[in-house]
Amino acid sequence: MMTDSNRETLERILAESKGIHGVSLWQDAWRRLRRNKTAMISLVFLILLAVMAFITPLLPLQSPIDKDLNNRRFLPPNLQAVVMGSRADLKFEGGTLTGEMAKFDKMIVALQEDAAQTGDADEQQKIAESIQSRMEVEHPFNQLWNELDPLSWKMTEIRIAVFGDYSIPSVFGTDKLGRDLLARVFWGARVSLIVGVIAALVSLIIGVSYGAIAGYFGGHIDAAMMRLVDVLYSVPFFFVVIFLLTFLGEPDVKAWFDSVGVDQIMVFYITIGAIYWLTMSRVVRGQVLALRHEQFIEAAQTIGASPPRIIFRHLVPNVMGVVIVYLTLTIPSVMLFEAFLSFLGMGVAPPDVSWGLLLNDGIEALSIIKIFWWVVLFPGAALAFTLFALNFLGDGLRDALDPRMKNRD
Amino acid sequence: MRDLAGYILKRGLWMVLTLWVVYSISFALMRSVPGNPFSSERGMPPAIELQMKARYNLDAPIMQQYVDILKGIVFRGDMGWSYKLEDYSVNQVIAEGFPVSASLAIFALVFALILGITAGVISAVYRRTPADTALMMAAVLGIAVPNFVIASIAILLFVFMLQLFPAAGWGTLSQIALPALCLGMPIAAYIARLTRTGMLETMTKDHVRTAFAKGLPRHKVITRHVLPGALLPVVSYLGPAVARVLTGSVVLEKIFALPGMGSHFINAALQRDYTVAMGMVLIYTVLLFVMNTLVDITYSIIDPRVKLQ
Repeated sequence: MMTDSNRETLERILAESKGIHGVSLWQDAWRRLRRNKTAMISLVFLILLAVMAFITPLLPLQSPIDKDLNNRRFLPPNLQAVVMGSRADLKFEGGTLTGEMAKFDKMIVALQEDAAQTGDADEQQKIAESIQSRMEVEHPFNQLWNELDPLSWKMTEIRIAVFGDYSIPSVFGTDKLGRDLLARVFWGARVSLIVGVIAALVSLIIGVSYGAIAGYFGGHIDAAMMRLVDVLYSVPFFFVVIFLLTFLGEPDVKAWFDSVGVDQIMVFYITIGAIYWLTMSRVVRGQVLALRHEQFIEAAQTIGASPPRIIFRHLVPNVMGVVIVYLTLTIPSVMLFEAFLSFLGMGVAPPDVSWGLLLNDGIEALSIIKIFWWVVLFPGAALAFTLFALNFLGDGLRDALDPRMKNRD
Repeated sequence: MRDLAGYILKRGLWMVLTLWVVYSISFALMRSVPGNPFSSERGMPPAIELQMKARYNLDAPIMQQYVDILKGIVFRGDMGWSYKLEDYSVNQVIAEGFPVSASLAIFALVFALILGITAGVISAVYRRTPADTALMMAAVLGIAVPNFVIASIAILLFVFMLQLFPAAGWGTLSQIALPALCLGMPIAAYIARLTRTGMLETMTKDHVRTAFAKGLPRHKVITRHVLPGALLPVVSYLGPAVARVLTGSVVLEKIFALPGMGSHFINAALQRDYTVAMGMVLIYTVLLFVMNTLVDITYSIIDPRVKLQ
């Protein structure tokens, strides 16, 4: 039998408890991260960078690959307006990209009409093929950009519709082949960031699975798996990767990869990713070892959850904090590695651009006769700022996710 | 002492195992590439090609070749002939490149240690002063800017504009200095940060307070009581630092046109000179293993709490 006073007390406690909100690890970490000014600036910078890199085709930039050896070599940063497609050697209709596109569309329409008029099936087939090949070779986009994927192609069309022939002047100057550096830095950001992110993700998948499995099973399995990691640690991977890339660059090997539909740059990402998982696996294993005797794991085992389920549903989410910290620290080292390789001429191959490649071009252009400082400064600054931001964000996250700091500032 | 011998023996065994794995993988890759060193030679009569292959043991079954080359490496230290450099064996290439790379690496490491520790100590002692901020900004810059960029700017500045150093060449101290400085710079930056953190942490320890309390002068407390404890993380970073120096020297040798192992390795890789590339990978593995072992041993001597295992 419950007395009134008892009930009152209970209700009071209940009301009080409703007023208290639990602070999850992530809320707490986010609160602390928000107070860390450098980390927040870095985060905002990185988000902006990612967005800009994604919408690069939408921006009114000049062509990243169109060379102008006669008039535009090593122009210092300037504000002179540049009209898209105005270079004389392109022979664009009316000296503009829109003019040429109108002409091109007209030609395609004319061909299609031809096709519609002839009743002959063979003839139609032939015309369809010629349209196809003209689209591939003569379309103005293919002369100003390098192998746009369907999404970028659409985005470029929107850009032309909005901005017409306007393009941003060469505010970063031009390089030794007369290409606009601003456009190249933007397009290079796409490659550099994708290399960093994909390789880091590959290393994340391998490292987390490997470390979690070793940590969960423990005993001999753990010992054997970690011994392998120890052995791999003492392999000089920089050299092994170069050796591997040499092998992958062999024409026959390349042809084989093309035949199975994997392109060179994909292999490159995966190779880099596959060597950066070692530290990740060690860290995850340590965490899992500590967690696996916790009660929630025992509970899961009691109700008959399978080991894979326990590992990936119960253990892995609990080590995500450390994993994210290591991820933010892996991305910059992968990007630096890509820059290294591109600099040595074994990374991203032209006409693709990456920051490493731009820096390589820039360094080649450094000479005493005339200092083309802009070809080094801008790509270098882009890379350095990104690496800065990633490092600061990683440090900030590490502090923020440190459980010893819980509920403190 | 017994511990030490056992430890070295164990590491040695692991090294042999690692080398064997690296060799096997390299061999498999090398042989899976179609063609052989002679097949690209235009106009070589088939009979002569056969003869050449027989001379270089390329006509043997693949397993036989695998064993023969392995035997050659193990018993005679013979890593075969270069595919691309005329009249060079892999051993000759390495013998030529090694002294250059080794002296470059040693200079760079010594420089990195001196500069890094000094900067770290200064910024910890004068914490929250402009000197501290400036040094730590410089350190972050050193970490984030790739060393090939630093190197090319340094060439422009010191070689061409100020004309303090010669542009290229190898042998004299002034020719080593600039590449070694550029190579050591990112490592110095890292060491500076490690030292600073270590110093700040040790300075809050009780024994330091005691030292101050008994009236020791400040510089003595810092050099005798704080620094040794603060340098432990630096010692354990030396292992990765060696790896970084080896990697970095590849790039710097290319920029400064130095005839070290790194530039040979890059050339070998670019020209698909598989024997040289494989030999280099093996040598780098040995170097890394030896250096890591040395660092571990040093660490256990400095910090008696750490046991070698």
